Amino acid sequence: MSSLKYRLFKNKLLSLSVIVLSALTAVPLVLIIGKVFLQGWRQINWDFFTETTPSTLDALLAINNNQPIPGGIANGIVGTLMMVLIASAIAIPIGVMSGIYLSENRKTRFSSVVRFLTDLLQGTPSIILGIIAYLWVVIPLKSYSALAGSVALAIMMLPLIVRSTEETMNLLPVSLKEAGLALGSPYSSVVLKVLLPSAFGGVFTGILLSISRVIGETAPLMLTALGATAIQWDVSKPASAVSLLIWEFYNDPNLQSMIWSASLFLLLLVLSLNILAKQLAKKWRI
Amino acid sequence: MSDKIFKSFLLVSALMLLLIFAGIFFSLSKGAIPAFREFGFFGFIFSGEWNSRTGAEEYGALAFISGTLLTSVLALVFCLPFSLPVSFFVGEYYRGKKIAAVLGGIVDLLAGIPSIVYGLWGFYALRPLIQSLGLSEQGFGMLTSSLVLAIMIIPYASSLSAEFIRMVPQELKEGAYSLGATRAEVIRNIILPGSFSGIFSAYILALGRAIGETMAVTMLIGNTNRIPHGLMDTGNTMASIIANQFGEADGLKLSSLIAIGLLLFLITAIVNFLGRLMIKRYSI
Repeated sequence: MSSLKYRLFKNKLLSLSVIVLSALTAVPLVLIIGKVFLQGWRQINWDFFTETTPSTLDALLAINNNQPIPGGIANGIVGTLMMVLIASAIAIPIGVMSGIYLSENRKTRFSSVVRFLTDLLQGTPSIILGIIAYLWVVIPLKSYSALAGSVALAIMMLPLIVRSTEETMNLLPVSLKEAGLALGSPYSSVVLKVLLPSAFGGVFTGILLSISRVIGETAPLMLTALGATAIQWDVSKPASAVSLLIWEFYNDPNLQSMIWSASLFLLLLVLSLNILAKQLAKKWRI
Repeated sequence: MSDKIFKSFLLVSALMLLLIFAGIFFSLSKGAIPAFREFGFFGFIFSGEWNSRTGAEEYGALAFISGTLLTSVLALVFCLPFSLPVSFFVGEYYRGKKIAAVLGGIVDLLAGIPSIVYGLWGFYALRPLIQSLGLSEQGFGMLTSSLVLAIMIIPYASSLSAEFIRMVPQELKEGAYSLGATRAEVIRNIILPGSFSGIFSAYILALGRAIGETMAVTMLIGNTNRIPHGLMDTGNTMASIIANQFGEADGLKLSSLIAIGLLLFLITAIVNFLGRLMIKRYSI
């Protein structure tokens, strides 16, 4: 056994390195958010939210005349919101219902298979779901579309909604369900009017988290929604998204100065959703 | 609503999940058939060629499989010295304290940053740094992508590990303390052995994340279609080649990209399967 002094020294050294290295881990977050803020806030103005993206020629003219680049990311904002909305409309009912099923039939073999596949689906790379939406929607409809993008996002959202619904439902006391059934209410109304409202906090948090997970996705949308320069309300036509616009700006030397403002907007959107979801989770804990 | 209908609704929803998973596998396999038929299943996997010139078309996945393995394993190595301290900070040293919740929250936010923003940051902030250090001329490559990947997977690795560290029974730790052990010795002899398989599975799941990451890698890896020969070499991962070339692909090339997608799907499924299996074993 080594001397007490040496052991205490080793102990101190470990605590110190744990603290220092942990603190260092927070640095990238500060650096990334700092970079995006510093470079992005200047271009954010009213036009940024109401105008569509400028053509590369307009941007070039503006740069040559030393003016700010005209236009904004309205087409991206509309596209993102539309696709997230449709994806939610697909994923929330299926996800919540499956979550209820898994919680109501906990021990069956079928449930454990579904549970396991849901976990695997959660780990499936988003680009794969892009390919799938391309094969399932783009090819049959013969066009890139907002709908295809929504399908990819919906499959991404599903696992999180299923598991958060299931986990929250599992936390509910059995007496709640028994009381409902003892009053003679049918099973469906016990689930829909007693259990689901009691679990609302957890379910809603899961939905918010799943939205924040997909709202910044780029890769699957590249293969499905493709992008558009104008605001597109038709779901069967190619649509833009904020993340897709960032990718376009990144690839177009004339539009580079818009990269950071679009990123700032996307980052704020995702992080505030994320934080909101976690605050609600804390508040509504069962 | 009759209960029977309601119950079958629930069942159908659960069935949908099963169908989606099976459908993904089926559609990818179907799309990959032309490529496998042309080059053979193993021929495709073990060929490092990627040539899309008409007439001399030849496609293989080896360059991208090796790119994927290299970047994701490197990312795991780079993230370890930071994510492990974080999980001990949150799960042991400051367990239940406010500061632990703050650090945990900050690290979790890393998981919320969109992949494309990581890519931009890597391109405009990290790449110049690598250039100025003289590590590589263009700043693209395996090292740059792995560094960004490492930051991206820290939250996945650390938060799950912290949970397993927290689960080590208090009585065991107190027993060791009562024998005069220091905290470092408790960690070394009680906590680490007790939570090892849990921590290990957390890192396997984090590896699965790194394998599938697309945008950030696409922007940083340099996009060359050959087997990488070193840390500074450029290359492509399975995800990045799909992101790069899917839009303009058709025929055999499209099928080859789908085949790479199938392989990627299988690899991540196996990695996640192993990770989840270990967690299940561990928690019972």
